[in-house]
Amino acid sequence: MTPERLEQIAQSEREAQARFTDTVNVCTATGCLASRSQSVKDALDKEIAGRGWGNRWQVKGVGCLGLCSEGPLVSTRSGTLYKRVTAADAGEILDHVGREPAKRLLCPTNVPFFQRQLKIATENSGIVDPERVEDYIASRGYSALIHALREMSQAQVIQEVTKSGLRGRGGAGYPTGLKWSTVAKAVGTQKYVICNADEGDPGAFMDRSVLESDPHRVIEGMLIAAYAVGASQGYIYVRAEYPLAIQRLRAALPQAEQLGLLGTDICGTRFNFRIELRVGAGAYVCGEETALIASVEGKRGTPRPRPPYPAQAGLLGQPTLINNVETFANIPPIIRKGGDWYAGIGTEKSKGTKVFSLTGQIRHTGVVEVPMGINLRDMVFEVGGGIPEGRSFKAVQTGGPSGGCIPSESLDTPVDYESLAHLGSIMGSGGMVVMDESTCMVDVAKYFMDFCMTESCGKCIPCRVGTYQMRRILSAITNMAATQKDLAMLEELCDLLKNTSLCGLGQSAPNPVVSTLKCFAMEYKAHIENHNCPAGVCGKRAERVSA
Amino acid sequence: MATYVAKPAVPNQDKRWKLVDAAMRRMGQQSRGLIETLHTVQEAFGYLDEQALRYVAGSLRVPLSRAYGVASFYHYFTLKPTGKHSCAVCTGTSCHIKGSGELLATAKRELGIEPGNTTARGEVSLVSERCIGPCGLGPVVVYDEEFAAEETVEALTTRLKGWKTP
Repeated sequence: MTPERLEQIAQSEREAQARFTDTVNVCTATGCLASRSQSVKDALDKEIAGRGWGNRWQVKGVGCLGLCSEGPLVSTRSGTLYKRVTAADAGEILDHVGREPAKRLLCPTNVPFFQRQLKIATENSGIVDPERVEDYIASRGYSALIHALREMSQAQVIQEVTKSGLRGRGGAGYPTGLKWSTVAKAVGTQKYVICNADEGDPGAFMDRSVLESDPHRVIEGMLIAAYAVGASQGYIYVRAEYPLAIQRLRAALPQAEQLGLLGTDICGTRFNFRIELRVGAGAYVCGEETALIASVEGKRGTPRPRPPYPAQAGLLGQPTLINNVETFANIPPIIRKGGDWYAGIGTEKSKGTKVFSLTGQIRHTGVVEVPMGINLRDMVFEVGGGIPEGRSFKAVQTGGPSGGCIPSESLDTPVDYESLAHLGSIMGSGGMVVMDESTCMVDVAKYFMDFCMTESCGKCIPCRVGTYQMRRILSAITNMAATQKDLAMLEELCDLLKNTSLCGLGQSAPNPVVSTLKCFAMEYKAHIENHNCPAGVCGKRAERVSA
Repeated sequence: MATYVAKPAVPNQDKRWKLVDAAMRRMGQQSRGLIETLHTVQEAFGYLDEQALRYVAGSLRVPLSRAYGVASFYHYFTLKPTGKHSCAVCTGTSCHIKGSGELLATAKRELGIEPGNTTARGEVSLVSERCIGPCGLGPVVVYDEEFAAEETVEALTTRLKGWKTP
């Protein structure tokens, strides 16, 4: 593969697409597929064939169009977006292509949900066909890789990433450039690059969306990383719960191999890199890097103490670079446009953009990419459109089971790594679950503790036994059977787990409890002293059990 | 001194063992291919039984305890045959606050089993999923391969009643 050949593929693909008068894009990511977008695509195909328009109109299956709650979504090249489309609407949509849009189905795009976004990692989502590498190349795909391989030294690539200020998007926010240079400097006969696609946080689906919408982008990011650190073997560890993401990656890898973008002597240089897919088997703890490595080695996914960090001794004892899906997806544009460009977006310490999955009791749910530093209030009430059905906002939960709940008093906080940590939550991988007054915060804390208890790998005692005990106390509180003594014990356990657990799962498991104890102490008090659940959630359940 | 251990014989004439062998070959007969191989067994046979675990462990030269350890550690692997239909209730955060707890309780009551089990006559397997991703559509239930968005207790009850043999 040469730059000329790449340009040639891009050119012929662009010409092929330009031959069509218009393109109708149908979202074929899991969200819309679940609301039957495949039947919409089939109906559009059939309608076009029936009208004999096959050489003028094109129907394209694309990745996530963002606004999952209004799916199935259909867009046209000219920029019209249709919502809640059914197979029966195919004719009507085609009647309006190139004319005034069909009002009945129109989804306004001049709203903050779309206007406040800045798409970098997801710039191709909803635009390229995730199943065709040519379409990705036509959107300047793989040009960053070729530029890096031909024009830049390994040190220059790392320097550019360092300059961008990009931090790990998996949640911990470790500077990516620093991680890369550690692996590059480490000594080993073989180095590995692993993409962590084990997106386990319940309520988070950004990585799924990126993988389903633009798998080649992640592959390109991994290739650039492998070149920079000197790795020749890569793995993508993706969770088994994402069959579509697995399917799209399985299709994308051979496509890249066929074009000589993966394999040996890539682009006529001496750089070799192969990627294998590893499918997880349903263990949340495998999102922790040492547990993930154990799982790739075919073992039980249990973490081990660090140091040594994987950068020194990871997979099979060799230096290993592990980054999250979204981190890799940010790499090609950084190489293409330069680190300074990326560093110009976001806040002082958190650069660039972050992809969030906005869900819960909120009007617009879906995947959004916003610049770092956006206000939480804007996120909930502008981008998310506020709380539906006239109810009032109670809290926003970030960071999944390792994060915390942020109350309305703290909504004027900018979204960046430090500010969220200061509030007792974390940025996490990007799940944002909005809760309204009908949610009981003690029940939420119990829910997350239940999750951590089930997902504890059992290796270290504070986590294995501690999560069980905390779950028991939280259960007693929601059953109105707890005392002040239990509450004191709960607080003590929070401290114990945080300070003595082996890995992030146990250390952060108390976070939802700590943050709700701090911000919603009244709710705990009501359960314990007045035997009353202010949100009416726990009381209802007790009735049901007795009934 | 390493002891040579012969590869165990294929348990029976079932053609599906060929898929399993192919998976192990693809992984270079290395022990690190254990999880991938177990995925293949489960895809082919629906679950992992003792025979399969013994065969895979012997072929990849790992102790049976490790194969069993891996099979029982990961939620995705099941050691029991699954039912004709499956009902998977998503219990992710977003589905939880929109009422998936009630759906799961109803399913448990309706089927008389706990999640991870199959009804006595092998009609339905009940699964409690941790989060399957289409969070905007919660609460989500997956019946066999079909997604049901914003599922209600009534719809769930009707569906399960229809699956049970009278």
